[in-house]
Amino acid sequence: MDMKTIYLLIPLAPLFGALVAGLFGWAIGRRAAHTVTIAGVAVAFALSAYVLKTLVDGGANFNGTVYTWMTINGVDLNVGFLVDKLTAMMMCVVTFVSLMVHIYTIGYMQEDPGYQRFFSYISLFTFSMLMLVMANNFVQLFFGWEAVGLVSYLLIGFWFKRPTATFANLKAFLVNRVGDFGFLLGIGLVLAYFGTLDYAEVFAKAPALKDATINLFPSATWSLMSVTCILLFIGAMGKSAQFPLHVWLPDSMEGPTPISALIHAATMVTAGIFMVARMSPLFELSDTALNFVMVIGAITALFMGFLGVIQNDIKRIVAYSTLSQLGYMTVALGASAYSVAVFHLMTHAFFKALLFLAAGSVIIGMHHDQDIRNMGGLRKYMPITWITSLIGSLALIGTPFLSGFYSKDSIIEAVHESHLPGAGFAYFAVLAGVFVTAFYSFRLYFRVFHGKEQWMLNHDAHQHHDDHADEEVSADHHHGLGPNDKPHESPWVVTLPLVLLAIPSVFIGAFGIASMLYGHFFDGVIFVNAELHPGMEHLKEEFRNAAAMGVGSFTHAPFWLALAGVVVAWFFYMKRPDIPAAIQAKTGPINTLLENKYYMDHIYINGFAAFGRALGTVLWKVGDVLMIDGLLVNGSAKVVGFFSSVVRRLQTGYIYHYAFAMIIGALVLVSWWVFRILHSL
Amino acid sequence: MTGKLLSLAIWLPILAGLVVLATGGDKRANVARWLSLIGALAGFLVTIPLYTGFDMLNGGMQFVELKPWIESYNINYHLGVDGISMWFVLLNSFTTLMVVLAGWQVIEQRVGQYMAAFLIMSGLINGAFIAQDAILFYCFFEAMLIPMYLIIGIWGGPNRVYASIKFFLYTLLGSLLTLVAFIYLYYQADGSFAIADFARLPLGMTAQTLILVAFFFAFAVKVPMWPVHTWLPDAHVEAPTGGSMVLAAITLKLGAYGFLRFALPIVPDACRQYAWVFVLLSLIAVVYIGLVALVQTDMKKLVAYSSISHMGFVTLGFFMFAGGTQMNSFAVEGALIQMISHGFVSAAMFFCIGVMYDRVHSRKIADYGGVANKMPIFASFLMLFAMANSGLPGTSGFVGEFSVILGAVQVNFWYAVAGATTLIFGAAYTLWMYKRVIFGDVANEHVAELTDVNKREFLVLAVLAVTVLGMGLYPKLFTDVMHVSVNDLIWHVSQSKLH
Repeated sequence: MDMKTIYLLIPLAPLFGALVAGLFGWAIGRRAAHTVTIAGVAVAFALSAYVLKTLVDGGANFNGTVYTWMTINGVDLNVGFLVDKLTAMMMCVVTFVSLMVHIYTIGYMQEDPGYQRFFSYISLFTFSMLMLVMANNFVQLFFGWEAVGLVSYLLIGFWFKRPTATFANLKAFLVNRVGDFGFLLGIGLVLAYFGTLDYAEVFAKAPALKDATINLFPSATWSLMSVTCILLFIGAMGKSAQFPLHVWLPDSMEGPTPISALIHAATMVTAGIFMVARMSPLFELSDTALNFVMVIGAITALFMGFLGVIQNDIKRIVAYSTLSQLGYMTVALGASAYSVAVFHLMTHAFFKALLFLAAGSVIIGMHHDQDIRNMGGLRKYMPITWITSLIGSLALIGTPFLSGFYSKDSIIEAVHESHLPGAGFAYFAVLAGVFVTAFYSFRLYFRVFHGKEQWMLNHDAHQHHDDHADEEVSADHHHGLGPNDKPHESPWVVTLPLVLLAIPSVFIGAFGIASMLYGHFFDGVIFVNAELHPGMEHLKEEFRNAAAMGVGSFTHAPFWLALAGVVVAWFFYMKRPDIPAAIQAKTGPINTLLENKYYMDHIYINGFAAFGRALGTVLWKVGDVLMIDGLLVNGSAKVVGFFSSVVRRLQTGYIYHYAFAMIIGALVLVSWWVFRILHSL
Repeated sequence: MTGKLLSLAIWLPILAGLVVLATGGDKRANVARWLSLIGALAGFLVTIPLYTGFDMLNGGMQFVELKPWIESYNINYHLGVDGISMWFVLLNSFTTLMVVLAGWQVIEQRVGQYMAAFLIMSGLINGAFIAQDAILFYCFFEAMLIPMYLIIGIWGGPNRVYASIKFFLYTLLGSLLTLVAFIYLYYQADGSFAIADFARLPLGMTAQTLILVAFFFAFAVKVPMWPVHTWLPDAHVEAPTGGSMVLAAITLKLGAYGFLRFALPIVPDACRQYAWVFVLLSLIAVVYIGLVALVQTDMKKLVAYSSISHMGFVTLGFFMFAGGTQMNSFAVEGALIQMISHGFVSAAMFFCIGVMYDRVHSRKIADYGGVANKMPIFASFLMLFAMANSGLPGTSGFVGEFSVILGAVQVNFWYAVAGATTLIFGAAYTLWMYKRVIFGDVANEHVAELTDVNKREFLVLAVLAVTVLGMGLYPKLFTDVMHVSVNDLIWHVSQSKLH
């Protein structure tokens, strides 16, 4: 098989599975549907791993066209692949996590009537995501970009009977469309000024356009690169849920847990990070854009972390944690540490997918109760889930030697090295974020796996979180443990993916850091202007090896901040549960602010959305109905009616009236004719 | 035979219509149905050689037929298609086939007349797209209104009289002014009604401006452009499903086609001068109408408004002149693709609404909810079309809007900003409707009694779905044929006709 066939096969195998399960799922049944989709994704993963290995062994990058989608004015818009190490790494992450999620789904969705549909969707997602990361041009990037958005929409609304789910999926789609609005304009600027949408050609031309300017207002001249990059980044803000376009991600938890792990933690939401890293030759040309990226990332990293602290729904805590971690990646992008951002993307994909799937396992064990206040002591009943969750949490908070440590610590160091105006704030945000992350992660961990078995104590006090108050309408879930039920460990199809994800969560960081951050892994893929942004060069000089970095961390602030977070969580929730309650009571306004998620949803729903509907109503009722129809159309009808009523009086029906009019007319004509002749003489 | 292809495209459907009409009353309704299907299929098949036999390197008229018609005024039976009009002949014949299938069992009274009206209209519309003589065009352009009036008037809803009168008021003035313009041009061209001669004619600015005004009234109403659009929602609401499908898919295109075939080549200097007016009206259509669509409570009205908004991209694409002189290839081809795509997508959307209306007899969004529980196959199809209506990549709806926006950035960034809001508004009104109609629990007993699509409906939906996806995944098939004609047009319009 030549390489091009392999590259084609990688996205097409999951697509095939999706089509078979989607179109013929009703005929072939459940087992065949999950077999064909899992086989498709397994093929894609095996081939992706092979591609990565070939590239690491010195194989050549691939950049070629599959077919020409459309040609206008001599510009070819293609479907084509660019396969380099960045692509190959993303392909492996996507297909591996997807494979785990496929297997997990057999257990998680076994009672669901939409079983085949679900498998079809997640395979379709895998196809879309692969098209996105493998693109060699902006058109296909945008195709993949919107296609993953579509599947995300379908999956958030998978349980379409729930009003909350269909609200959440519409919200997710529309907020993403706001981001895509900017993204599309950015692509438009690229085409207008570079004359092509092919990555390689655009990157080659970029340095020449470094000082190009654009006049958007008559008086103001802006740098083309800054405008373009910020517009492209607005797309990333939508997809990667950066403040202020983050609001859709927590609500996306209405979807089934496997897709929360696959789409809303490990892969789709990192598309924005990937895109900016891919566009590093453009972003490097604009410090304005990089600074913007960094500040947005810092806000997301810190303030979304705070929201994780007060949540009680197990999935939402992990969701806010995802938002915060995406903020970390974005900060790294702003600091020109693209490789670090991508590195954190990879480690995060493993441990966050693990945490989500573990949360799903807990939810199964708790019979679909998601409130951590009703849990406790589950470690005895769900040992595999417990251990793997602990590993995931430790990796997330940056415990030395685990994968999250290497990536997150590198981000903090990189921000420290940055000289952009926003770096000071960003550095504070990522440092403070370490404490917050550790605190909410272990608050969750302790409340779920340790302490009193709340589900034994207060059956009557079960409070399902509010969003599920309407749960009775949907038949697919029974809620919470009954009086005689005990939590139970999940079946092997659920726990096996947990174990398989826990392995890279531990080792991938130490394994990858030397080559990915300080070696030659991303040479020729990620471009950094070392003169302007020397941060990574400095870090490279200091870096010796992974073990030394781990040992060295004990003298650095982040380790102690993380430890403090764990200890405080332990003290608050294991020793003195009265303290958090007291704090909550004492800090009323802040607590209200956090519980209302900074009122962002409120502003969007009652502000923008309501304004849009009100404006639409005014334009319709006043503009169309009153002005155009009322005045112009019916008005002219009345005018016509008026004149016809006047003219009608002339139509008396008497022949002598008409004859009279005829004679007058003839007379006028004749006189005019005579007059003309006389005049011309 | 290839020499008569265009004549066949016009007269075969009309002949078929007359034959169907001859079957008489509803006793032989089934005969009428099958005859119409055969007629529509034959009508579609004879247009396919127009594509397969098309010379992509030739930007001029092809398959030309030229015979004298009214010799004393030098009016000719002059037919021909280029890479632009060819698509609309195919689209029209294809839509007629879909319409015959759509009305199969739904229409129970005066079946023969109903089918015949559509077949005859199909031939007349083909004539309007094919005619190369201004008077011949005018005849077809006006004549096609008659079957449409009948369709709305006889098989339409309760408020059909108001809708027809409104439509009449809108069209009358513009059409007459256009005829005056044609006669003026006839004298200027030394006694020729050939459109090609009009296009070669040098004209002063005042004459060009007046002619543009005349064309504007005729064609802007058809498109329809804001603010002469208000007849469309009413007409759609009153029209039967098939009528809405043809109205949205084809007749709106005639307006845009009129601008492309008449206004731009004949009065290019006036078009350049007043392009800003067209751009402004188009952007108002995209934004204003997008917002109006958001708050509609009637599904048909919502899709009608969405049609106006989508057609705004067409006129936007036609009238963006880079640097004030040069039309933009991306914008023009994008606009043409948008026209074709909208033909498929709007026909599909109206058909879907028809499928629900046939079962529940309501178009109100509030009367639905949870349709997916009862009609999962239908819901999947509607999802696809809703996404196409929202301009999702991979569907045909994306290609045109994408190209026009790319073109707009090259011309004026702010045009693109205003146009790109459709990404948000289009998704908002379409998917919000989808959410309220399709998602949720079964809302009432009418929804509870719903049955999923039958084989006939499935066939229509599947054919349209394949087309929408095919065009989205491989638009090159459609654009390659256009290039030469579009480039010729762009070159032509960039030349000044002032003395």
